[in-house]
Amino acid sequence: MTKQTPSQTICSEGNQCAVTTSGLGYQWPHSNVELQFPDITLKRGEHLFIKGPSGSGKSTLLSLLAGMLRPTSGTVSLLGEDITPLTNGQRDRFRADHMGVIFQQFNLVPYLTTLGNVTLPCRLSTKRHQRAKPEPPQEAEGLLADLAIPKSHWHQPVTRLSVGQQQRVAAARALIGHPELILADEPTSALDTDNRDRFIELLLTLGQRAGSSVIFVSHDQSLATHFDHELFLEARS
Amino acid sequence: MKAHLALSLAWASLWHRRCVLALVTLTLTLSVTLLLGVQYLRTEVRQSFTNTISGTDLIVGARSGQLNLLLYTVFHIGDATNNIRWSTYQGLTGDSRIDWTVPLSLGDSYRGHRVVGTDTGFIEHFRYGRDQALSLSHGRWFDDVFDVVLGAEVARKHNHSLDDKLILSHGGGRTSFSNHKDTPFSVTGVLAPTGTPVDQAVYISLEGMEAMHIGWESGVAIPGRTLSPEQARERNLTPDAITAALVGIERKVMTFQVQRQINESRAEPLSAVLPGVALSELWRIMGQFERALLGITGFVVVISLIGLVAVLLTLQAQRSREIAILRATGASPGLVAALHVIECMFLAVIACLLALLLGSGGLTLLTPWLLEHYGIQISLRPLAAPEWIILGSVPVTAAVVGLIPALQAWRQGRRQGLSHGADE
Repeated sequence: MTKQTPSQTICSEGNQCAVTTSGLGYQWPHSNVELQFPDITLKRGEHLFIKGPSGSGKSTLLSLLAGMLRPTSGTVSLLGEDITPLTNGQRDRFRADHMGVIFQQFNLVPYLTTLGNVTLPCRLSTKRHQRAKPEPPQEAEGLLADLAIPKSHWHQPVTRLSVGQQQRVAAARALIGHPELILADEPTSALDTDNRDRFIELLLTLGQRAGSSVIFVSHDQSLATHFDHELFLEARS
Repeated sequence: MKAHLALSLAWASLWHRRCVLALVTLTLTLSVTLLLGVQYLRTEVRQSFTNTISGTDLIVGARSGQLNLLLYTVFHIGDATNNIRWSTYQGLTGDSRIDWTVPLSLGDSYRGHRVVGTDTGFIEHFRYGRDQALSLSHGRWFDDVFDVVLGAEVARKHNHSLDDKLILSHGGGRTSFSNHKDTPFSVTGVLAPTGTPVDQAVYISLEGMEAMHIGWESGVAIPGRTLSPEQARERNLTPDAITAALVGIERKVMTFQVQRQINESRAEPLSAVLPGVALSELWRIMGQFERALLGITGFVVVISLIGLVAVLLTLQAQRSREIAILRATGASPGLVAALHVIECMFLAVIACLLALLLGSGGLTLLTPWLLEHYGIQISLRPLAAPEWIILGSVPVTAAVVGLIPALQAWRQGRRQGLSHGADE
């Protein structure tokens, strides 16, 4: 059903692992099928590409990894900590402290400025705030500059940004405060090829610099070349 | 830190949606202004009402209900059913239990203001508010037949000063076609403002009243029979009748005895009423109305709060992405829900502040009009406890109704996976 490329590394020591899942399954309410997912093991700082057609449960898998959903079977361990038994509140806290998330589109809070959006995680998490050096606004400005967002937009409402710029601002928000994990759910599907490749390169380079593992979900096989590891989810009939 | 974040996010969110929300805030502002205004005015009006007359023990007039008697003598509303004969009034004056009497002769008007025929007893004995006496801001009380003293509002409105000549009109009403042209009156004094109907009337002597009606026995002036002021002065101007009298009793315990005796008078059908009792009866009637009004305005506030929630729920549909972003960034469903409650409360607080501004501004503009048309003196004063309670209850109620969208957001935040509601 599912296969994982042989390049998959094994991390034996818990604290070296970014993600470890085993026997992961989820059944949506009002559904009688339980989605089953292959086991994932990802070392810290390494990136994973998850490829799957629509309906293969990519978003569900990301939701489970993000701790937004609690698996109906199996376990998810992040950074050596089993998050499955944690309460909703504890998982929210864990996500705030250790994860950055990028969506397909509409990533930004419409009523905050560009900088306000980027520094949002530091306001929700003390850990992210402390790790943003020297202070969240300065790190945010650095990231925005690296991601080629014109300075004139930094203090403007985000509604004036192009789609490509919006995705890059979302990347800056995911990267700020050096979270160990970045989850990206088809962030390039709204971008053209040039923008897409540049976005992925920037995300991975900056992720590397921040010491973050990027888990990138897409249905586009051609993107897999950018990643150390890949995982295929197959469509369900 | 969380509270600060929630407040600043809520504020930014409101500001972002300011165009839509401005309208609901306006609705809420107007309804709160109405509620606050009604509560404020009813206290003020009651105060103004009970302040209208004091120190008078009995009002005596032709037989009628106590409300009617009170209304036409004190508030200058409506007309007397009949007169009191002069001899009967003389009888009252001679009564040893009675300390003082003030005659009132009504029926004419000056540009819509009542003309009150009376004597010097009026300025000496009439009291209003907390036993405050009348005083003259300019000039002196009348002593000649054709002297007139103006209420403060009459002088202000028509810009009269001392020695102006006034032509009084026959009968009541704002525009009268029969004027006492032959007998102009000269202004000798202007009363200081009292905030009572006293300000709305002009005062002449009983003799003046009599003099200008010579030749008017049929209700209109008969040419050749009216008198010039000089001729009038030579006549005996003692009136045949007056409309009513204010009475002060020597020993207050005798009040009921005198009242009863007047009510049972065989000489003439008379009524004597206690002003305080009549005022409170009047207030009971008005009170029903004002309580109903307060209830209605309460409902108006509730309705506008429901409108607010309806708008917030409509906006909710557009907010699922924002909720997804906040949740993905690590915000708890509780924080997302709190945002909604805070936004609701923010709007309510803004509406309350605007209502305060609007209310005080409106009152400032309304006060002269109320005084002019209804003789009700409304003053700007700090809010009293019931008004603070009303004002404070608005944000609290807003927070409660804000729980409806908040609960929805909370559920959405919990249910939703790591994506926008639609592609679950």
